Amino acid sequence: MRVALFATCVNDAVYPSTAIATVKVLERLGVEVDFPAAQTCCGQPQFNTGYRRETEPLVRRMARAFEGYAYVVAPSGSCVAMVRDNYPRIGARAAAEGRGPALAEAASSLVPRTYELTEFLVDVLGVTDVGAYFPHRVTYHPSCHGLRMLGLGDRPRRLLAAVKGLELLELPGAEECCGFGGTFAVKNPDVSAAMGADKVRHAASTGAEVLCGADNSCLMHIGGMLRRQDAPQRVLHLAEILASTEEEPLA
Amino acid sequence: MPSFPEAAHDAVRNETLRGNLRHATHTIRDKRAVAVSELDDWAQLREAGMRIKDQTLRHLDRHLVQLEKSVTAAGGTVHWAADADEANRIVADLVKATGESEVVKVKSMATQEIGLNEALEAEGIRAYETDLAELIVQLGEDRPSHILVPAIHRNRGEIRDIFAREMSEWGRPAPEGLTDSPADLAEAARLHLREKFLRAKVGVSGANFMVAETGTLVVVESEGNGRMCLTLPETLISVVGIEKIVPTWRDLEVFLQTLPRSSTAERMNPYTSMWTGTTDGDGPKTFHLVLLDNGRTDALADEVGRQALRCIRCSACLNVCPVYERAGGHAYGSVYPGPIGAILTPQLRGTASEIDASLPYASSLCGACYDVCPVAIDIPEVLVHLRERVADQGGKGHRLEKAAVKAASWVLDHPSVLAAGERLASATRTLHPKRLPGPGARQWTESRDLPEMPAEPFRDWWKKNRS
Repeated sequence: MRVALFATCVNDAVYPSTAIATVKVLERLGVEVDFPAAQTCCGQPQFNTGYRRETEPLVRRMARAFEGYAYVVAPSGSCVAMVRDNYPRIGARAAAEGRGPALAEAASSLVPRTYELTEFLVDVLGVTDVGAYFPHRVTYHPSCHGLRMLGLGDRPRRLLAAVKGLELLELPGAEECCGFGGTFAVKNPDVSAAMGADKVRHAASTGAEVLCGADNSCLMHIGGMLRRQDAPQRVLHLAEILASTEEEPLA
Repeated sequence: MPSFPEAAHDAVRNETLRGNLRHATHTIRDKRAVAVSELDDWAQLREAGMRIKDQTLRHLDRHLVQLEKSVTAAGGTVHWAADADEANRIVADLVKATGESEVVKVKSMATQEIGLNEALEAEGIRAYETDLAELIVQLGEDRPSHILVPAIHRNRGEIRDIFAREMSEWGRPAPEGLTDSPADLAEAARLHLREKFLRAKVGVSGANFMVAETGTLVVVESEGNGRMCLTLPETLISVVGIEKIVPTWRDLEVFLQTLPRSSTAERMNPYTSMWTGTTDGDGPKTFHLVLLDNGRTDALADEVGRQALRCIRCSACLNVCPVYERAGGHAYGSVYPGPIGAILTPQLRGTASEIDASLPYASSLCGACYDVCPVAIDIPEVLVHLRERVADQGGKGHRLEKAAVKAASWVLDHPSVLAAGERLASATRTLHPKRLPGPGARQWTESRDLPEMPAEPFRDWWKKNRS
């Protein structure tokens, strides 16, 4: 099976280890991975800040970059939610505003082929034990878009529970937003920081060494707060835990 | 009114307020979840509520004309008010025509929206709020901060102090030695209000629903004060937003299940009052219905935004909203706070003022509000839609932002330029400071460290290792 990796711009530029981990997990499960270099950003930050028309060229670019692939896999719930929920809207609005049906067709063609990593592993490959090894106490923060827009449910937790050596601790108030919200963190810094502080406090109460998530932008916000407080906890993307094995353990 | 982030700045630092809000919203949201889980057809009820509302809004003109006919036939009088000023003038004139200078009020969002109490005050008419929480707000010279629980930001001790201090100014004083026990506080309010109910000749209400086929209005409430106001006075004036209409009695079966469970987590609200025109020898002798537009037809004209008019004011979205929980209701600068306020207010008032332009951004788009909404209003969708309107109109901050977004979009449409930028960021990573200057970046780094840039971007790793 051949899939296209949709690395996402944040992972490409800031968290390459997450994209590399995604490649390793998929390859370990016998999947052939491609990285179409024409991909850049799905346009979520622009769209969610109110710049819908500026997002259109990026929608077109994404559709072209991933043309011909039966599966497009991304280690980010929010970027996949952008494609699944908002691309059809953007296409429909463009068509309604007289810019032809091409964008709408391109945008919606991506929808059924784009998967978040845990969906792809559990639903398409049918695995929950990916042969990972990570002997640490971990708590899981389900990011809002993965949780509510994609309905990932317990897929990430099932994958984590099958990791050898891993002790999974429940995070109080897990389903509450961490306060990142893209440009929300910039436009409403006080409320965002208050939400983040509560998330960090809840994470500390679990006694976990690692707060794991499946969206690096949320982890950038939570991790940034932990580091500012010199907290002993660290954040890790789910893909990196799944990539860790007994032969090549993640430090 | 300052913008939302400015107004939230102080609220976030007020520990008492944060504590009161956290306790109240978490209690209600947990109870609501239980009440909703008891019904195995909740999803169908939600779908039905959405469809009834949408269908009704699509033919609103027709239903309103039918309602006017039904109300008139039942002995009532219908008035049409295009905006707040017109509605206030109509009500003030109607009260003055009775020769009275006092009215008792049922809790009503529509009359708060138009500032009726203040408008009546200017005409020498005193309006007494009779809902317990509204009474607390009125006596405290405060503003409501929640749709359903207007005094949610107050704790028992604060309420005791307000009653002890203010009740005597407005009528029957609070009993000596009033404690902060709920039973004591309720009894003080009961005695204070009973005097008002028995004296008042004019009642003013809103309505949760108006049934077009019979001209019947419906109020659902928990305390019974509403029923007193609706039945005891000689004249009843109801001010209702035009979107509150449902075509038939049959439609009520859906909302009378979803509203109480979503709002107070009750299977059924304690009091459901319905009134149809006037009846000899029973209830008010005169009935006036003021149908309020005040921006609603503008909202109706917006294909994406119009879904906000489905709202049945249950406030479930407020109780699950992490932003509302930290910022409090006052920060929204409107009688409609929380997620629904963030999409309703800018549609009713426009986005010209600083507060109204900031409301669509007062959300992290986490989607919890959409999940709990009993009429499935996709609040995140409308927020983003309204952000587009604000960004288009330009103004403070948005011209610069638009230029930045255009530049970023150009880079993102040119992968080789993007790759060069990523490489530059990686190469200079040891030079990056932990705190940044400039708008946005400064705020971001005030409470968080920025991530360290990697040695190389992923696309370079891929080129070296896989292609």
